[in-house]
Amino acid sequence: MLLKKNPDVPFSEITDERLYLRRREFMRLAGGAAMAAAAAPLIACSDEPVAALGPAEGMFGAPNLPLTGYKEKAVTVDEKLNTFEEITGYNNFYEFGTEKDDPKRYSGTLKTSPWTIKIDGLCNKPADYHIDDLIKPIQLEERIYRLRCVEAWSMVIPWIGVPLSKVIERAEPTSKATFVQFTTLLRPTQMPGQADAVLEWPYVEGLRLDEAKHPLTILAVGLYGKTLLQQNGAPIRLVVPWKYGFKGIKSIVRIRFVDKQPQTSWVLQNPDWYGFYSNVNPDVNPVRWNQARERRIGTLLPRATVMFNGYGDQVASMYAGMDLRRNY
Amino acid sequence: MPKAAKVCVFLLCLIPFAWLATRTLTGRLGINPVEDLELTTGIWALRFLVLTLAVTPVRRLTGWNRLIQYRRMLGLFTFFYACVHFAIYIGIDQFFAWDFIIKDVVKRPFITMGFTAFVLMIPLALTSTKGWIRRLGRKWQLLHRLIYISGVCAAIHYLWKVKVMIGSPVYYAAGIALLLAFRAVWLVRTSKLLKTQHVTV
Repeated sequence: MLLKKNPDVPFSEITDERLYLRRREFMRLAGGAAMAAAAAPLIACSDEPVAALGPAEGMFGAPNLPLTGYKEKAVTVDEKLNTFEEITGYNNFYEFGTEKDDPKRYSGTLKTSPWTIKIDGLCNKPADYHIDDLIKPIQLEERIYRLRCVEAWSMVIPWIGVPLSKVIERAEPTSKATFVQFTTLLRPTQMPGQADAVLEWPYVEGLRLDEAKHPLTILAVGLYGKTLLQQNGAPIRLVVPWKYGFKGIKSIVRIRFVDKQPQTSWVLQNPDWYGFYSNVNPDVNPVRWNQARERRIGTLLPRATVMFNGYGDQVASMYAGMDLRRNY
Repeated sequence: MPKAAKVCVFLLCLIPFAWLATRTLTGRLGINPVEDLELTTGIWALRFLVLTLAVTPVRRLTGWNRLIQYRRMLGLFTFFYACVHFAIYIGIDQFFAWDFIIKDVVKRPFITMGFTAFVLMIPLALTSTKGWIRRLGRKWQLLHRLIYISGVCAAIHYLWKVKVMIGSPVYYAAGIALLLAFRAVWLVRTSKLLKTQHVTV
């Protein structure tokens, strides 16, 4: 399946127009970032010497920049991709409003650079990482995944990211760690939706440790060959393709290892409608939802929803012996 | 003159439908076109419902009694947009999968509410002709109070549909509640007035 035609000039040689138009801001940011890098040791939260905060202002913080050197189609599906316009124009990201076009409209204000991610909790190597230092050592991969929203629509998206397991390995969780909790940025000045108490802010999500370490689980930093736009969760978001989309927490600032099942935002908001696991399951229909079918964006008629969103061969064994009707 | 005005209002009421049809035929619906169609027609049904319910309060407050001439048309347009909304749900959203539709109506409270709101409008639309008004006499007015229940159901339908109750569903619910509250207050006031008149007469 062709992703897109390569332009005659390689991406790496093109100065992104946005970047060009914002070159002064870029220089200012770069200056600030250099200072931040100098101050890095002050930010590191553990006693361990951390290789983390290195030279800041790299490629992953800024949205919509071309990405190179990723392994193409490391995992893919034989289905038609949704267009860039669909993927970036129809989003649930309540930090920017509850309408589907709100994130595209209002997320431009969010500054994603510099970006720091705190990794802490029950692990041997807690640290605050600049996003580049977290991602650059790991081979980027393109993962073409189905995304199934709890609202019964779906897309096929060519993410670019790294396996979360690689990040977890580096943090060395202790034997007590059984769950991972994720937290989104809390910044009401740049996330206008956070002014409304539609959810408890900041947004939090969680996975069981084995789910988090599963090879299909990724931290995405890009899609369609470019770094993520804000409406898709720039600069870094979770993608768990066998779960409903809301598990894919966006704009992550904290990853924490814990020993209890963590709170998650939608369960807090309405425990009758959502569960912790939220595996795609056509047979479990909490009162609000009929999950047996879905509408693929870009097509007219509904289609049947598949257990675990079609990833059952890879993930079903993690839930062996569990009553998925109860643990939905 | 009133006839020309009626034609004007009729055409005005058709504009949202015409605009939606234009957007549909020229491929200018949203990224999820089915959702766009469903939401747009649902919202217009609600808007016409609010307008219909507003006729009496506005008349009483302003004394502009000629408004009553437009109430039936507004009510029928409410029904019209509700029909289109319902048809899109049945024919496109669910694509005539009756087993799914029945499950939805029975099991999903927000759909139960929407369905009830719609079904209650059917007898009102059917009995909106002059003949039926004459035949039913005093019972006609009683029957047409069903619009209050339909309005409450429609407001709840929208409130329960959304994941978080904020913004437009809340405004519509508040609007409908206000219009119904006006009637309740009016009823209490006039009945008190009647009582005091009784005593004094």
